[in-house]
Amino acid sequence: MSFTCPPTNSPFAASISLVDLVWGYCGILSLGHGAFFALGGYAMGMYLMRQIGTRGVYADPVLPDFMVFLNWKELPWFWQGFDMAWYAFLMVVLVPGVIAFLFGWLSFRSRVTGVYLSIITQALTYALLLAFFRNDMGFGGNNGLTDFKDILGFPIQAPGTRAVLFAASALMLALGFVVASAVVRSKLGKVLVAIRDAESRTGFIGYRVEHYKLFVWTLSAVMAGIAGALYVPQVGIINPSEFDPAASIEAVIWVAVGGRGTLIGPLIGAVAVNFGKTWFTGVLPEVWLYALGTLFVVVTLFLPRGIVGLWGRVVTRRAAPAKEVDGSGRQAGEAA
Amino acid sequence: MTDKAEGSLLYLDNVSVSFDGFRAINRLSLVLEPGEMRAIIGPNGAGKTTMMDIITGKTRPDAGDVLFDGSVDLTRLDEAAIANLGIGRKFQKPTVFESHSVEDNIALALKGRRGAFAALFHRRSAIEQDRIDALLATIRLSDKRDLLAARLSHGQKQWLEIGMLLAQEPRLLLIDEPAAGMTDAETAETASLLKEIAKTQSVVVVEHDMTFVRALGVKVTVLHEGSVLAEGSLDAVSANPKVIEVYLGR
Ligand SMILES: Nc1ncnc2c1ncn2[C@@H]1O[C@H](COP(=O)(O)OP(=O)(O)O)[C@@H](O)[C@H]1O
Ligand SMILES: [Mg+2]
Repeated sequence: MSFTCPPTNSPFAASISLVDLVWGYCGILSLGHGAFFALGGYAMGMYLMRQIGTRGVYADPVLPDFMVFLNWKELPWFWQGFDMAWYAFLMVVLVPGVIAFLFGWLSFRSRVTGVYLSIITQALTYALLLAFFRNDMGFGGNNGLTDFKDILGFPIQAPGTRAVLFAASALMLALGFVVASAVVRSKLGKVLVAIRDAESRTGFIGYRVEHYKLFVWTLSAVMAGIAGALYVPQVGIINPSEFDPAASIEAVIWVAVGGRGTLIGPLIGAVAVNFGKTWFTGVLPEVWLYALGTLFVVVTLFLPRGIVGLWGRVVTRRAAPAKEVDGSGRQAGEAA
Repeated sequence: MTDKAEGSLLYLDNVSVSFDGFRAINRLSLVLEPGEMRAIIGPNGAGKTTMMDIITGKTRPDAGDVLFDGSVDLTRLDEAAIANLGIGRKFQKPTVFESHSVEDNIALALKGRRGAFAALFHRRSAIEQDRIDALLATIRLSDKRDLLAARLSHGQKQWLEIGMLLAQEPRLLLIDEPAAGMTDAETAETASLLKEIAKTQSVVVVEHDMTFVRALGVKVTVLHEGSVLAEGSLDAVSANPKVIEVYLGR
């Protein structure tokens, strides 16, 4: 995945805060959140494709170019309705939401936890990667969806449109923060931390652990989908590489470096790791992945609460001892 | 068969469970009357904790009946459902929510709606706050309310967990080795706290400490190799040759 300019980064940054909502607060390590991001992106991409209309290379009023190229005569059923913005935007939320709900319902009910869950989230995004690569799936194969012309009637490349998209991303990021911190501070957020600390104890008190996991899992998938939908018009393309498990793993590393169990940590981690990536790929490109892996190991072993935790330790050493968990919640609130 | 369960609060009949061919619970039968407090003793590995696992839905028995309230079949329910029926449990190893404050630990355990959406929009009422304050006073942790539970001593964690149990307002409390790791003074206080609780609720308490069991002054069930070896007053079971053999003969 390419991270070049800040506006395209912010939706993705929002979605990594969500990786942390499930990992840091609920103890579910998802290695496949990129899948929900990509699904939201594809829903948006489908809308943008239908907006092209007769301006495509083959000038077919209904069929996107790649379908004409494949000799398809009519639009597949799952492409119906994507010419309407309201429908497409609904799908941005529904598709990742429903898939996450079903996936979570099956896994959490059968009490799949820990490493096993992480592995099947990887499998999920990998399966989608392979599926979306296929031309006959109807999503443009490995080229994906691109050559977008306009969005809601405005030319997609125009500076004005780009500014509005950027503002919308920033707004979504802020909104994501507000929602996430409201969730974290509510009693539900406390139950999530309780599940992370002592899952069976939480069950013996009478909380249906799987319902709580399902709620936060689905919420985070929906928000990742929205982030993906905002990302696509800005980069002008969506292709199967967004399903690459490596992208989801990288997001997890951002969270670990920044500090899990805080909402601001993932953002700090994203900036820090991307700074390192830019520097390394310039100087020693072949070493970058090894450096990233080493960083992950070092952080996990020596800095379990990441950069934020390190900062917290410095602050508490100076001031009077503060409440650790509430302290991070408060920081997140300030950032929102 | 279930007729015999009538009028009982907890009824275990011929319950067995094996782990990899090893019979941890072997044709165990036990009846608890409403309002009763019962002490369970027995050597390590006798199956005391496993019995609690069966009652609370953590372990499914291979055979036998486990009934609550004379008719509710506990073997068909999961942990959360059993907890919401009114069965609370304290683990052998104190288990509290370490990264929550002492007060939040009690607040989370407080009887109330357990759904995710109810929790999302929950606002703590004045009644709930009073109840939390009262419970903190009972377990003598009022001045530690803002402390993270991780910072409590072992004995204080045991008490916090008992407080969480009381917050659930269960009809039956299952308490696994509450005095483990406590000083003599704490042990004595715990015994009097349990006696206080037993005035309004039914209690099953597992304990090794004979001074503690004597202080409770209730009917004792001796477990050995997964079944009941003897039952009666502490003096009666202490005089029982089979019990003496199990405790001293090895
Ligand atoms: N989940 C399990 N898997 C295998 N063996 C178990 C399991 N739980 C308990 N046991 C065995 O069952 C026996 C009874 O254990 P337990 O109920 O913990 O005894 P107690 O609490 O009386 O000391 C022990 O031998 C223990 O090793
Ligand atoms: Mg035990």
